[in-house]
Amino acid sequence: MKQVIQVTINGKPRQDEVEPRLLLVHYLRDVVGLTGTHIGCETSICGACTVLLNGAAVKSCTILAVQANKGEIVTIEGLATNGKLHPVQEGFWERHGLQCGFCTPGMIMAGVQILQRNPNPTEEQIREGLEGNLCRCTGYQHIVEAIQYAAQKMRT
Amino acid sequence: MATKLIGERIKRKEDPRLITGTASYVDDIKLPNVHHVAFLRSIYGHAKINKIDVSEARKLPGVVAVLTHDDIKGVLKPMPCVGGVPDMHTPEHYPLSGGKVRFVGEAIAAVVANDRYVARDALDLINVDYEPLPVVVDMEKALEKGAPLLYEEYGENRGFTWKISGGDIDKAFQEADRVVKLRLVNQRVAPIPLETRAVLAQYQDRGVEGELTVWTSTQIPHGIRTSIAGMLNLPEHRVRVIAPEVGGGFGCKVDFYGEEVLIPYLAMKLKVPVKWVEGRRENIQATDHGRDQINYIEAAVKNDGTVVGLRVKVLADMGAYYQLLSPVIPTLTGLMMCGPYKISNVSMEVLGVFTNKMATDAYRGAGRPEATYLLERTMDAIAAELNLDPVEVRMKNFIQPNEFPYKTATGLVYDSGNYQAALQKALDHVGYTKLREEQKKLREQGQYVGIGISSYVEICAFGPSAATATGGWESATVRIEPTGKVTVLTGSSPHGQGQETTFAQIVADGLGLTMEDITVQHGDTAVVQYGIGTFGSRATAVGGTAVYLALQKVKEKATKFAAHMLKVDSKGLVFRDGKIFPENNPEKSVTLTEVALAAYLAKDLPPDTEPGLVATAFYEPKNFTFPFGTHIAVVDIDPETGQIKFRRYVAVDDCGNIINMLTVHGQVHGGIAQGLGQALYEEVVYDENGQLLTGSFMDYCIPKAHHLPKFELDYTVTPTNVNPLGVKGVGEAGTIGSTPAVVNAVIDALAHLGVRNIDMPLKPEKIWKTIKEHAPKKGPIIVA
Ligand code: FES
Ligand code: FES
Repeated sequence: MKQVIQVTINGKPRQDEVEPRLLLVHYLRDVVGLTGTHIGCETSICGACTVLLNGAAVKSCTILAVQANKGEIVTIEGLATNGKLHPVQEGFWERHGLQCGFCTPGMIMAGVQILQRNPNPTEEQIREGLEGNLCRCTGYQHIVEAIQYAAQKMRT
Repeated sequence: MATKLIGERIKRKEDPRLITGTASYVDDIKLPNVHHVAFLRSIYGHAKINKIDVSEARKLPGVVAVLTHDDIKGVLKPMPCVGGVPDMHTPEHYPLSGGKVRFVGEAIAAVVANDRYVARDALDLINVDYEPLPVVVDMEKALEKGAPLLYEEYGENRGFTWKISGGDIDKAFQEADRVVKLRLVNQRVAPIPLETRAVLAQYQDRGVEGELTVWTSTQIPHGIRTSIAGMLNLPEHRVRVIAPEVGGGFGCKVDFYGEEVLIPYLAMKLKVPVKWVEGRRENIQATDHGRDQINYIEAAVKNDGTVVGLRVKVLADMGAYYQLLSPVIPTLTGLMMCGPYKISNVSMEVLGVFTNKMATDAYRGAGRPEATYLLERTMDAIAAELNLDPVEVRMKNFIQPNEFPYKTATGLVYDSGNYQAALQKALDHVGYTKLREEQKKLREQGQYVGIGISSYVEICAFGPSAATATGGWESATVRIEPTGKVTVLTGSSPHGQGQETTFAQIVADGLGLTMEDITVQHGDTAVVQYGIGTFGSRATAVGGTAVYLALQKVKEKATKFAAHMLKVDSKGLVFRDGKIFPENNPEKSVTLTEVALAAYLAKDLPPDTEPGLVATAFYEPKNFTFPFGTHIAVVDIDPETGQIKFRRYVAVDDCGNIINMLTVHGQVHGGIAQGLGQALYEEVVYDENGQLLTGSFMDYCIPKAHHLPKFELDYTVTPTNVNPLGVKGVGEAGTIGSTPAVVNAVIDALAHLGVRNIDMPLKPEKIWKTIKEHAPKKGPIIVA
């Protein structure tokens, strides 16, 4: 039995009929066509699927699409505004915070959340804040620097 | 060559699409009416399959096909292994196994459905009648008489024996003052690219000649195309393989997997696009594993620390069968067994062993991390035995800077090096002498501090074709378009390394253009001339050189046009700021755009010159390159918990000339993280029944941000003369250098307790237990 859900994704409202068991990440990728949100494990550990749901970073592989009903979702595609990169995106570019890029959308969303909670985090706080995100390429150091870059930029 | 961009920190050209979520990995490519595949995989490590009943699965609405071995028998050929060694047993294996399964995760049935959830549902409806057989997962046990056999027909679990030697090993041992022995386990690890494998195939029946397009997450798209054509009996020019955005490879995607044949086969058979995206559990079960060696080491040494001979026996776990390159991987351990040292007498015997586990194959470093690990652990063991400083032992045995090119006892010719300089620089960074004094003081206070050194040399830039399985050259095209913009086509297949940027730097500098003027394309066999791919730290040294050579050719032609247009001699013309002009007369210039337009309009061609501005080069390297360096780890160990904390991590690497400082840092960081992961956290574990105990990220721990220290990097620069760019390659350096540095540091921290070895991964529990076993009766640590 399909169910109707209404959500706002990156500022645009939409309505879809979905199977109750459809994961939010598959809804975003396969139904809505926003493939920037990735799947690295489907078990809530790697964070590649991180999106913002009602302002909080969540792992979209562990939420059903129906649970997001009436929710407001921001994905990586919705982060830049009017063609201007979000400071965290900019930081990743400036500081070489990515290699293969597969973890990157989730990392960036996690970075956004870290800075929402604490605009001036220490290196250690950033590393702790990335607890839910895995990167196999970078060794994280440049990711930390990318978030530091964004923090500085957002403060000034 | 102008050096405006080369050597700088240049932001990557590939990043904008990756940070905005607009890049396309295989699963991001959406084709209408695509069907999805799910695999049923063996739940036993070793079993006979009496029967597979797929009738219920076939009835599930949405399912269009269910295949087992019987459906592909006689249709698909066995999977190839091109990295063979002489006199080996070569078992056959197919995309779907029948009769017998030999490891958990081996594919035995494939479901195709119009929905990915339905495909997975159908797996539950397949009934398999297994008859479990005795299992062997331990290599030493597998070689014992009476061990369960994976292949009855061979009468043994030994797949092959491979040997290498140089000098006079027996004499060396006779002349030695003493022999230092070690048994080291280099445990099995999983490469874990964050993007798992994925394959999408579409067959377009054009009435007369069909066309197959395959998108696959690979490091070697051209090789995959040739292989698919061969396996499916298709004309190669009707097969197009695309490696779109690839989310990491680390060697496990330098392979040709059963799924890469089966998915295209299904697309052709069912006449719909077919997609398979590997789950993470499947990825840990059925994508290549790496390492998994046991090394029995005997070093013949003089009392002053000179190593006169090295004898090593290696057991190399092949798993249940060979993948594309499996047997050849441990032979690289043998080739590199001298490392940076002047060891004139060596011998190694490698036994490839079958066990009920997934196959091992290339994983970042592929055979060389094992060589460095065994050597660097041995150097420390020698130092401990002779009561010498580990630095002294290394310095004593290093090849001298004036001895290059240096021929090793294993027959390699090292291009260039200055191992002393890299070690010294790393020592200076950590403040070695002071640190040792501090360590002594802290030890007296009951604190455990360890300093671990690892000096390595690696073999890179694979490689001369004569010495590589599938050809070791690389190709490139530099095409100046009519508007003066430039397209570069590379046979390399980067998947995170950033060659769209570094190759653009090479070309921009050569043509006097900006980064924005250049686009680098790769990974699509319909777009790019045949190439080899990205692995073995070869992309810049071999692929970059091909770009450089194509660039010289196209410049030569552009120069002809410019000279013709300016009515000057072509000698002494330079490319700068988008213009071409005589070095001594910058006023008299044409723009590259004007030259390009003239070349394509072809109204007034220079004598004996064809229209157009395109050049292609195939570069065949005359040797490998040999990057090197020293990594130093400084750790604190909490005796109460066995927890390890990093004080410092210093890496001094020498990869020859550097094209982009930013991406070189990135490669080293990522490499260290993986090597450190092996040292401390990672291990693929099978229990005695062959069950995989580490099949998810819950149990297989790759390092997180807070597990890792801040890396302090520096470089020495010793260019190679193997290629005109002087670059050596840096993709694997971090992985090779880091593992022994970390382990040596931990063991050094416990050395005063008499600890000489702990096998990886050095989990707190293991360290705690070791401390407990070795701690003196009285003293600061009290362990219950
Ligand atoms: S895919 Fe959601 S956490 Fe890994
Ligand atoms: S950049 Fe590849 S996984 Fe993070």
